Amino acid sequence: MENIAFQIDWLYGLIGGLFIGLGGAVFLLGNGRIMGASGLIGGLVDGSGWSNAAERIAFLAGVVIMPIIVLQFWDRSETNITDNVVQLVAAGLLVGVGTRIANGCTSGHGVCGISRLSLRGIVATVFYIMAGGLTMALFRAVLGWI
Amino acid sequence: MKLVIALIAGMLFGGGLVVSGMTDTAKVQGWLDVFGAWDPTLAFVMGGAMIPMAIAWVLTKGRSPMTGGNFPAPPEPKLGRNLIVGSVIFGMGWALAGLCPGPSIAAISFGGTSLWIFLVAMGAGMFVAPRVRAMMDA
Repeated sequence: MENIAFQIDWLYGLIGGLFIGLGGAVFLLGNGRIMGASGLIGGLVDGSGWSNAAERIAFLAGVVIMPIIVLQFWDRSETNITDNVVQLVAAGLLVGVGTRIANGCTSGHGVCGISRLSLRGIVATVFYIMAGGLTMALFRAVLGWI
Repeated sequence: MKLVIALIAGMLFGGGLVVSGMTDTAKVQGWLDVFGAWDPTLAFVMGGAMIPMAIAWVLTKGRSPMTGGNFPAPPEPKLGRNLIVGSVIFGMGWALAGLCPGPSIAAISFGGTSLWIFLVAMGAGMFVAPRVRAMMDA
């Protein structure tokens, strides 16, 4: 049963991935911008990106709107997100600080960086996946907390 | 025109995130859980996203963006401490809740209170990040 679920999941992953890459391609070829979620949000938060705030807000509006449309046809609303406040706050702070110090996240370094064979993108991706894997191992396999 | 393109790009990104299952924190944590029930979906998402993106980078050669201006400069070869330290910090937070910045925005309409708590904390982290970086450089 689980095997069947995975067989479908990888296909959804691939199709969804193609759309993610298409979004990045449109943003790059259309506006000359790199589609990095942490940079687009972070620039609005710390003020460094207010000179092109409208473009950032338009992009983020699209990110919010499309899932609302998709969910009308396909209930894909399961997030399995924890309700442990300490865990959520710690995770949010780490993701916020880390992506801004590294100047990129899964979309900027991962999708946009690796696809142009950027050494920085590749190294960043190796390190956040390794750090994530070790954190999961510690908190799930060893401590059994998450 | 820039705004319309940004909106369309955002819609493709947000739609892709939901379709791929990356707004499901269990799938992301499953990908990182190499010692448990490992879930390889994220690799397919990344692989799928690389295809249009790699083509787009090839198309930038000798051209300009549709709406004018210039394409981003070639990537810097220098790695630097911030890239490594920041990525490690990010990876730890990514594992803790199973969320990175893109999916956290895509799930706004259905993630409930938990997601908002994460978003506020992420915003706070992004707000203090320039100060943390300045401290690291000092």
